[in-house]
Amino acid sequence: MAQASNAAERAKQSNRKVALVALSLALGMLGLGYASVPLYRIFCQVTGYGGTTKRVDAAQAASVVDSGRMMSVRFDANTARDMPWEFKPLQVKDSVSIGVRDMALFWAKNDSDKPITGTASFNVEPEQAAKYFNKIQCFCFTEQTLQPGEEVRMPVLYYIDPAILDDPDNKDVAEITLSYTFHLTSVGDAKTLDQNNTGG
Amino acid sequence: MATTAEQFQGHAEDHGHDHDHKPAFFARWFMSTNHKDIGTMYLIFAILAGVIGGAVSGIMRAELMEPGIQYLGFFSKLVGDDPSNFNATLHMWNVLITAHGLIMVFFMVMPAIIGGFGNWFVPIMIGAPDMAFPRMNNISFWLTVAGFCSLMLSAFVPGGTGMGAGTGWTVYAPLSTTGSPGPAVDFGIFALHLAGAGSIMGAINFITTIFNMRAPGMTMHKMPLFVWSVLVTAFLLLLSLPVLAAAITMLLTDRNFGTTFFDPAGGGDPVLYQHLFWFFGHPEVYIMILPGFGIISQIISTFSKKPVFGYLGMAYAMVAIGVVGFIVWAHHMYSTGLSVNTKMYFTAATMVIAVPTGIKIFSWIATMWGGSIEFKSPMIWAIGFIFLFTVGGVTGVVLANGGVDDVMHDTYYVVAHFHYVLSLGAVTALFAGFYYWFPKMSGKMHSELLAHVHFWVFFVGVNMIFFPMHFLGLQGMPRRYPDYAEAYAYWNHFATVGYMIMAASLGIWFLNIIYAFVAGRKAEDNYWGEGATTLEWTLTSPPPYHQFETLPVIEETAHH
Repeated sequence: MAQASNAAERAKQSNRKVALVALSLALGMLGLGYASVPLYRIFCQVTGYGGTTKRVDAAQAASVVDSGRMMSVRFDANTARDMPWEFKPLQVKDSVSIGVRDMALFWAKNDSDKPITGTASFNVEPEQAAKYFNKIQCFCFTEQTLQPGEEVRMPVLYYIDPAILDDPDNKDVAEITLSYTFHLTSVGDAKTLDQNNTGG
Repeated sequence: MATTAEQFQGHAEDHGHDHDHKPAFFARWFMSTNHKDIGTMYLIFAILAGVIGGAVSGIMRAELMEPGIQYLGFFSKLVGDDPSNFNATLHMWNVLITAHGLIMVFFMVMPAIIGGFGNWFVPIMIGAPDMAFPRMNNISFWLTVAGFCSLMLSAFVPGGTGMGAGTGWTVYAPLSTTGSPGPAVDFGIFALHLAGAGSIMGAINFITTIFNMRAPGMTMHKMPLFVWSVLVTAFLLLLSLPVLAAAITMLLTDRNFGTTFFDPAGGGDPVLYQHLFWFFGHPEVYIMILPGFGIISQIISTFSKKPVFGYLGMAYAMVAIGVVGFIVWAHHMYSTGLSVNTKMYFTAATMVIAVPTGIKIFSWIATMWGGSIEFKSPMIWAIGFIFLFTVGGVTGVVLANGGVDDVMHDTYYVVAHFHYVLSLGAVTALFAGFYYWFPKMSGKMHSELLAHVHFWVFFVGVNMIFFPMHFLGLQGMPRRYPDYAEAYAYWNHFATVGYMIMAASLGIWFLNIIYAFVAGRKAEDNYWGEGATTLEWTLTSPPPYHQFETLPVIEETAHH
């Protein structure tokens, strides 16, 4: 009898072991589900997936050489539905030499009677060109706050990586569109001081 | 095998009839820890949910019988919408497709094929007295029921445009976040959480049972293929459902607590939700079909009176389908702007699945080849399954092409494809399993005549519903709309007539169940004869309340 209950105890323990391993697998997958959020962001930044542009510092940018080949760049600006700003590019189209730094200017105006903080999301079409579209400086890197009625000109400093010329996927790309959408981040009350509006 | 029914019955013979130590009604059915009772409850629950989900598709087919909006207004009023609000009326359509999808996937096929047949026959087939964790088994079942109640409730609370959750079973953001204010979608998400938690516990239970509780001599490579199929399915559940849980929890916090996982305004991305959903969603379709594969293998072997052809190949084909099933998810997302190379990978990987699936189809045919085939009702259903599943598989290979899918995406061609593999495939496998095991579970023989009539009427009906959808899809009819252009009227009308025929076949099925309980003769232990060699046939029909008090010993020569 004692032997039988010993065996039962052993069986119970080994069941518990398998169940725990299975449970930790499930919990691991749950964790992976959440980890996918930052992983996906990194993946997009590294690969330019879905039109995510690349961010580089000035030192990196300095080492790029002019390829002498031209590319046309279009600019597009939108606001989210609940965003009470006017927002547009100051040039519709630029022709730049691939590998050469260029600056584009955007203009925004707060039409509401409250200070509004916004964040711009960005996207490049065609998507396969995104990983070659490098931004050195952009108003989209930080939040922007505009006082009631305030207008601001915001620069983007960018260049197109000459590696694009060697990529067969980009063989027929003659024009790249850079698009921004301003989203509402927060609405301040009328007295909030503008601290963030560096225009950079 | 030197095993007889008496040996495994425990003490049933020694005491009177009622001394199986069955608890009283409430304790037996509401606090059940018996795998056969829980299996029975799962089956009854699945039938109930299936009737509701089927009725929902009946409303959909009625609405689609003619162009224009005919019946949606009535049903939208029924759940409390303002009849003068036409948007709410149209929203009802979204509620119907959502309910149909979620009910059929989570509350019909899964409970029936895993909870029902899995619970009933996995322990018996491996010679175990019960599941490893009988109480957890009970929790799994009642969580599923609770989930179903939550889903039903969601139809009667506001979901944004009208009453009920109208997001589709995929619950894509942003429609499911900013697009659907009101508690309906929250109820829907809660339903998925509950059903998911129940299924994960069920999966842990099956894995532990199959790994630890096999009878002496029942090695992994001697397990019946149905047990293999449930084992692979349990792993798929274990690895995919938590990802769904994470995704829908993020939806929930995006909806209610201001997070922006899927909202570009806060740096999120709605496409990420699609990746997470389909990382779960693709294994999910194999979760629904793999146990069906297992059932079909048992049946084909039984009625060909041969062991299944290529047993190891069959078992590992299922493992391969399970593994590859995790790395093909983006073929559901070809139209989200994937690069050409990504599409190429997912096209190739998806097509690779046709190889293990082909191994299974051809092995079933090879099992029949040269066998002494008996066309009993389960065999008819099983052969019907092979045909219907192959049709669905072929259109699957068509849709796997990223380029072709650019045209087919979200058309009725896709609807035809996944109903051929699920509604016709998985459901046909369920009916095959039902006729195969019903006398074993109930102790009463069904009518073979009615079962055959049921098959032929069902077969004609479902093909009439879904085959014309290939034409509609190729002609460009989009899914998820309650109305369509005049040009699509003929085949839609045809499909609705097919629905009526299919519904009539279900009437024959219910008649057969009533016949079995009222007039069916008593089923003997092994009513299918010499071809049925797995352990359930060594027990009485129905099996004793507790089986295998003396564990059966499987001999070297025993076959699968």
